Amino acid sequence: MTESTEELSIVGKPLIKPDAFSKVSGQTKFADDLALPRMIYGRILRSPHPHARILRVDTSRARAHPGVLAVLTGEDLPIKFGILPVSQDEEALAREKVRYVGDPIAAVAATDEWIADEALDLIDIQFDVLPAVMSIEQAIVANGEPIHGKSNVHKTVALEFGDTDEALRAAAHLREDTVFFEGNTHLPMEQHAALAQVAADGKLTLWTSSQTPHYVHRALGKVLEMPMSRIRVIATPNGGGFGGKSDIFSHELVAAKLALVTGRPVKITLTREEVFYAHRGRHPVLMKVKTGLTKDGRITAMQFQSFLDGGGYGSYGVASTYYTGALQGTTYAIPRYRFEAVRFFTNKPPCGPKRGHATVQPRFALETHLDKVAEELGIDPVELRRRNLPKPDSRTVNWLRITSIGLEECINKVVEGSGFLKRRTAMPPGRGLGFAVSSYLSGAGTAIYWNDMPHSEVQLKLDRNGGVSLLCGAIDIGQGSDHILAAIVAEVLGVSLEDIQLTTADTDLTPIDLGSYSSRVTFMAGNAAKSAAEKVRDRLFEVAARALQCDPDDLMARDHRIMRRNRPVEGLDFAQAVQLAEAQGGVVTGTGSYTPPKLVGPYKGAGVGPSPAYSYSAAVVEVDCDPRTGEVRVPEVWIAHDIGRAINPMLVIGQVEGSVYMALGEALMEEQTFRLGLHKFPSLLEYKSPTALEAPIMHTYLVETIDREGPFGAKEAGQGPLLPVIPAVANAIYNALGVRIDEVPITPEKVLKAMHDKAKRVGPKSVPAFDFPPLISAEVPDEWKGK
Amino acid sequence: MLIPERVAVRLRVNGEETALMVPPYKTLLEVLREDMGLTGTKHGCELGECSTCGVLVDGKPFLSCLSMPLDLEGREITTVEGMSADGRSHPLQVAFAELGAAQCGYCTPAMLLTAKALLDRDPHPNRDAIMEALAGVLCRCTGYLKIFEAVELAASRAGIPAR
Repeated sequence: MTESTEELSIVGKPLIKPDAFSKVSGQTKFADDLALPRMIYGRILRSPHPHARILRVDTSRARAHPGVLAVLTGEDLPIKFGILPVSQDEEALAREKVRYVGDPIAAVAATDEWIADEALDLIDIQFDVLPAVMSIEQAIVANGEPIHGKSNVHKTVALEFGDTDEALRAAAHLREDTVFFEGNTHLPMEQHAALAQVAADGKLTLWTSSQTPHYVHRALGKVLEMPMSRIRVIATPNGGGFGGKSDIFSHELVAAKLALVTGRPVKITLTREEVFYAHRGRHPVLMKVKTGLTKDGRITAMQFQSFLDGGGYGSYGVASTYYTGALQGTTYAIPRYRFEAVRFFTNKPPCGPKRGHATVQPRFALETHLDKVAEELGIDPVELRRRNLPKPDSRTVNWLRITSIGLEECINKVVEGSGFLKRRTAMPPGRGLGFAVSSYLSGAGTAIYWNDMPHSEVQLKLDRNGGVSLLCGAIDIGQGSDHILAAIVAEVLGVSLEDIQLTTADTDLTPIDLGSYSSRVTFMAGNAAKSAAEKVRDRLFEVAARALQCDPDDLMARDHRIMRRNRPVEGLDFAQAVQLAEAQGGVVTGTGSYTPPKLVGPYKGAGVGPSPAYSYSAAVVEVDCDPRTGEVRVPEVWIAHDIGRAINPMLVIGQVEGSVYMALGEALMEEQTFRLGLHKFPSLLEYKSPTALEAPIMHTYLVETIDREGPFGAKEAGQGPLLPVIPAVANAIYNALGVRIDEVPITPEKVLKAMHDKAKRVGPKSVPAFDFPPLISAEVPDEWKGK
Repeated sequence: MLIPERVAVRLRVNGEETALMVPPYKTLLEVLREDMGLTGTKHGCELGECSTCGVLVDGKPFLSCLSMPLDLEGREITTVEGMSADGRSHPLQVAFAELGAAQCGYCTPAMLLTAKALLDRDPHPNRDAIMEALAGVLCRCTGYLKIFEAVELAASRAGIPAR
């Protein structure tokens, strides 16, 4: 699996991706660009209250409004759903209760959007307004009716790997920190949209801007009580996702139901304000981390606590809760580890996965914490990390199997590139340098629905003229997955990118890919594509070997030819080989599948965290702070990423740069916060995000470790590089001003406040009292026993 | 509500004169996308905050979500569909494709047109001028760097025929 780069003609090259010209010409059809004859428009009425009982919904005036073709309420879609099997707690339209401002209650289909909007105003609802729970603290106190069931506690976790109390007692150095990461949202430029059509035979088709069409397919079957074979879901190219389109959304189910009720195609496009309510973004998380170390800075034990503010529904929250404690050990060898977490329901839009899914908040906690530890121990922050790196081909104490690690090389690149060690002690006034590292999954090792079937599948069909049809369930969300699939197949078959015709994310046509989430597509769909292409290639080699009277093992496929390795003049055109194969055995097709190895450890909750491979990143961030205003500017960033192998380095660098940008927004300005139950900033003007003027100079270094299980050795790029940047900003601000902002986002107000604070710090002082369940002592892997 | 009143409007879009009957309250964005099928122009907020809906009017960047078609009669409107000519992509489009400056591609039409307005006014802008000119158009994918590089590449090729 580790072909050397010299032999590769497409993999490893910065080629133009297959969809590039369609995008720069404006031809790419996003969901809202689609229109069908007789199409009508749907709009959704949303709750004005954060928490209320619905006493009565009267739709009679709306139904009588000219131009209105259908009105739906919760009674029309009573079956609950949710992305996780354990959290089936959402209704397409709320029946008894609303749980956040923006919770869907009723829907209208009308001949145009204005009429639909007018009709929404004609729906009369009587509410019994309940006290709202708007923070972790309020969720714990629990005055008034719980948001779901008997308590506002959604999920708790209490795990221990080895005796951490004992290890902390024996530690030469101890430190504890409490930090808070405020929630923020994905803010894709494209608003979610869905278009539903019912054919004359009753079959439903839904086009939707979704990262996870397979799960939308499942939910439609469940909620509409239709066999999945009667439903076709087509994901349209996503105009940005970042995790925000990887759930099942009310408007998808409602558009489908309205199409079934009216017999007309129905489109629903969310407004920008509604996108803020759809959310599923970064959880606000309050965290406490306590680490014991030897006096030379080797970690002996860690205890980590997370309090997640989950919003009104479960969404991915159970997984998010585990993720806040999962990946501490993939960057540092931690011999004993305790993890306690709780996720609360609150009356806010549901939180879920955003780029780096719930490993971003603990990474901020861990990397700022270790920066402080390093200072206390008198060890430089880089050296402290070096002393605690895990080994390749090892297992963490919480059973995560690590294959390749390029973290040390990543550290070397950014430290040398930035001159970190020399410059950090001699920065001009207001300037500072900060450092941090991270790791991330190359795809979740377990599926949302546990079963033994593959996570990714690819089908190929070869045409007589040498064209290759490639079918795969993966959807391109801008990350370049179309290119990855095409490049891998073109490489194996020795054809060019232009010869590959892609059909993606269409449940009628394409075999399964679980979705564009958890940084899984390059690794998993890429492996499936490679396997499919190799099978087809083997068949071509067989017929070519007979024609050329040689051994199939002597053959190679390259430059549209199948030829003998040692005598390349002896060979066949690729199309000729396809024709021979077709003449001898009929249609030339091949399929490939990828199932991750079974990596789940022996404890409850071990399903979150395993991945077939982990990517690694290191960052140095330079800040320029204005001590008079508290403003922080980032002029320059050095970032290194262990990509395994870059299938297309240009696209990988694009993912890295985009991650750095998104991290800077989260670090310095982006927040999804509320006042009196209302979202403070549900618009692009008020929700601050970085513009072109805030773009720093970025130095990106790709480290290739050629992972033994990745396709051509590749690992992920889309999420991991975001992780180290946020704590590196905080550490740089400390280097610049001597203040610790233990709370994200780091706004000018907080910087000024910290500068005038006696302790030179802004951040939470403690975590609230909460009774975690008794710790479950998990077995530790053999290599950690006795350590 | 009754069937909306429609008014006659003549628009010149991408060099072609078109006569349309549209409800007078529809924005240029809506008319381009829904009445003319020019879906290359996107929407991000429909409140004038993100510039995703940017087009050119008489060569200058213009927010189509805040513009009323009746006000634009007699003006020259350019959308992304009008950037290529005679089947050839504009040098900016080629550079964006070559450098990976379009990730999801949603802000790309507005980004390209805004960059075109800049290059038409200043064929060899420095990095600061590019950042300034593009600052109103939000992109969430790229971190902007590849976009700056693509504008610079296109500028460096000025006078070279497009592919």
